Amino acid sequence: MSAFGKGLLDGLRVTAVNFFGSYFDKGRKERLFTYQYPEERAPIPENSRTFPFLVADDPNDPVGTIRCTACKICEVECPPKCIYIVMDRDEKGKPRQRPKVFDIDLSVCMQCGICVEVCPFESIKMDNDYEKARYGRFNELVEHLPDLLKPNAYYHRIKPTEAAAVDAKLKAEAEKKAAKAAAAAAAKPPPKPAV
Amino acid sequence: MEAIEKIKEIALQAVPGLRIEIINSTPPAAQPAFLVDREHIVAVARMLKTDPRWQMDFCSCVTAVDYLKEGYIEVVYHLYSVALKHGPVVLKVRAPRDLAQCEVPSLTPVWRGCEFQEREAYDLFGVRFTGHPDLRRILMWDEFRDHPLRKDYVPPADYEWEPTPHGEVLARAKAQGGVIPPSAAAEVKK
Amino acid sequence: MSAPVVIETQTLEVSIGPQHPSTHGVFRMDVVLDGEVVVKLKPVMGYLHRNHEQLAEKMPWIASMPYTDRLDYFCSMSNNWAYALAVEKLAGIQVPERAEYIRVIMAELTRLQNHAAAVGFLLSDCGAWFTPVLYAFRERERILDFFEAVSGSRMMCNYCRFGGVRVDLTEQTLAMARGIVERFPRFLDEFEKLMTENEVLMARTQRVGILPKALAIDASISGPMARASGVEYDIRKVDGYGVYPRFEFQVPVGETGDVYDRYMIRILEMRQAVKILQQALRDIPAGPFQNPAVKLRNFKIPAGDGYGRIESPKGELGFYLVADAAGKNPYRYHVRPPSFINLTILEDMCLGHKVADVVVILGSVDIVLGEVDR
Repeated sequence: MSAFGKGLLDGLRVTAVNFFGSYFDKGRKERLFTYQYPEERAPIPENSRTFPFLVADDPNDPVGTIRCTACKICEVECPPKCIYIVMDRDEKGKPRQRPKVFDIDLSVCMQCGICVEVCPFESIKMDNDYEKARYGRFNELVEHLPDLLKPNAYYHRIKPTEAAAVDAKLKAEAEKKAAKAAAAAAAKPPPKPAV
Repeated sequence: MEAIEKIKEIALQAVPGLRIEIINSTPPAAQPAFLVDREHIVAVARMLKTDPRWQMDFCSCVTAVDYLKEGYIEVVYHLYSVALKHGPVVLKVRAPRDLAQCEVPSLTPVWRGCEFQEREAYDLFGVRFTGHPDLRRILMWDEFRDHPLRKDYVPPADYEWEPTPHGEVLARAKAQGGVIPPSAAAEVKK
Repeated sequence: MSAPVVIETQTLEVSIGPQHPSTHGVFRMDVVLDGEVVVKLKPVMGYLHRNHEQLAEKMPWIASMPYTDRLDYFCSMSNNWAYALAVEKLAGIQVPERAEYIRVIMAELTRLQNHAAAVGFLLSDCGAWFTPVLYAFRERERILDFFEAVSGSRMMCNYCRFGGVRVDLTEQTLAMARGIVERFPRFLDEFEKLMTENEVLMARTQRVGILPKALAIDASISGPMARASGVEYDIRKVDGYGVYPRFEFQVPVGETGDVYDRYMIRILEMRQAVKILQQALRDIPAGPFQNPAVKLRNFKIPAGDGYGRIESPKGELGFYLVADAAGKNPYRYHVRPPSFINLTILEDMCLGHKVADVVVILGSVDIVLGEVDR
């Protein structure tokens, strides 16, 4: 039978090995795994998601090239209902297929990513910025359209594989549409000659 | 399924005066249930627990469903057997929605595991389980009014409101024709 | 000869919690003490009640999936699978094979990190303040990093969809999973060397909080707590859901049913989970990861009701769903939470023990308040 206290001594030996071993580990090894935030930050994987943002194709004209058409599908499907959208209309009241108001309440958003999954236009994507602390609890935590609008280059920077796949998909869709339009134009009868 | 029919036969033989029918759940879920009348549910439960062919000794899930249009609250019991590793056998009991008559005999004397779940059904639906050792609210606080998961539940305008002695003072003052400041108007309600 | 002196004492009623570092969440126990010995104990819960069941009635079926993450917030992948299983049972949806393997991998990794955290916190309740927790959390962090690489979030994964999973595992993430599974036995050996033979642990947990087998079955106790009392019931073996019948693993069963048995059962279950993971990672087939026939929006289920359950790390997690004729929202959505029901016999286990043992016994039940209160 083992002597009384052997379990304790075995445990203490494990902790001693780990403690003294940590002095001889090189770099960030098993035992020194603390990241000294904010001087160094833990690397985040590509798929990491925090809050949504809207993609604009051209950084020089973000509002004009916004992919969102204010179809409101994300607003309907959002589980905690954190999105508020108002369609932009011109002087006559005709809808302009882009949002005038796009608010996301960060204190309500639960970062589930369902808005990204249901968007038909690849316009809302999940950001991975977690440093969103503000100095107020109410209006300061609501993000409006200018805060949410980011260029496609940003999307490529944070999520290269995903952004490349989205770009390929959009290009394929655009080519299919152009091919269909060209086929429709070719099928039209030639205009009658003026007499 | 013959096993289901067999249980019904055995139950009809074992418990005199039993009214039991089989509710066939639509495929693909295909979990048929026994609708048992309130007076005999305890006898059927005991029979299922002690009969050596079934030995349903594990009461897995107890819940209530509020069928507003049909006018009853249905308490559903899912039973499994640890000894024979089969199941589930689903028992359903119905009680009228009216709070005064919404009573079902408790199955806690048969399976101890029903204790907390029946308390939850009482708390959220208002079904009173007669014979339960300790029937009181479990998830909501004790002074909460009404039963939240009913389909016709209307939430109060202010959840945090609780009666205080000052509310009585204000109500008396109002009855005697005094003027209540708007800030204290909320205290005088109910 | 003088007569023996009888001292009249009063019992003391103490409320342990709801703000208490050892109650594993906002949970209150009203304890009546005679000196140091527990005479009566009434658990009071509901401080984290978030009305999950009523919320689900107002939202489409898929919108409840992120909320199931937050039920047992340690085991979000398992909760997702339980809900997806219940809906797939009700609607008759087929799941492709690769998705089933992925779900098993995620569930077993969840079991590993949950048991590591549970054992760590149990030891922390015994007084080994945080050393075992941090040893366990070193491995848990790797698993959470893997979850983040796959699903985007460490804990609130929102990963399963009806008929599959949300994103596929790539070669990179599979390599991550293999790395975790390779290192885990070494961690378990080190942890057992640290803790299992420790005299303090044995003195504090053996013969404490004994749960007899008959009472465990009668009180609907499930999971490691029941198996420690000798109940040989594991839903992975009994129901054989998913692709579990293809894997070879054992179900550890205890004898006494005291706190030490529950600790050992969790360690042994971790070893079996590693075994399942090795088989799953070896055999995972290529193929689709989602059923293409299932729509994400406007998803309807034919009318009916059904109950689907899985073996979550805490016990039997089941979902009872009722769909009405419209079929867009659940008519009734009920969660059968293992932690809630495992608390039924807390009083029985604690009677006659001292106050300090109450904390240890509660730690061995392994509750998560998100699940108890929903």
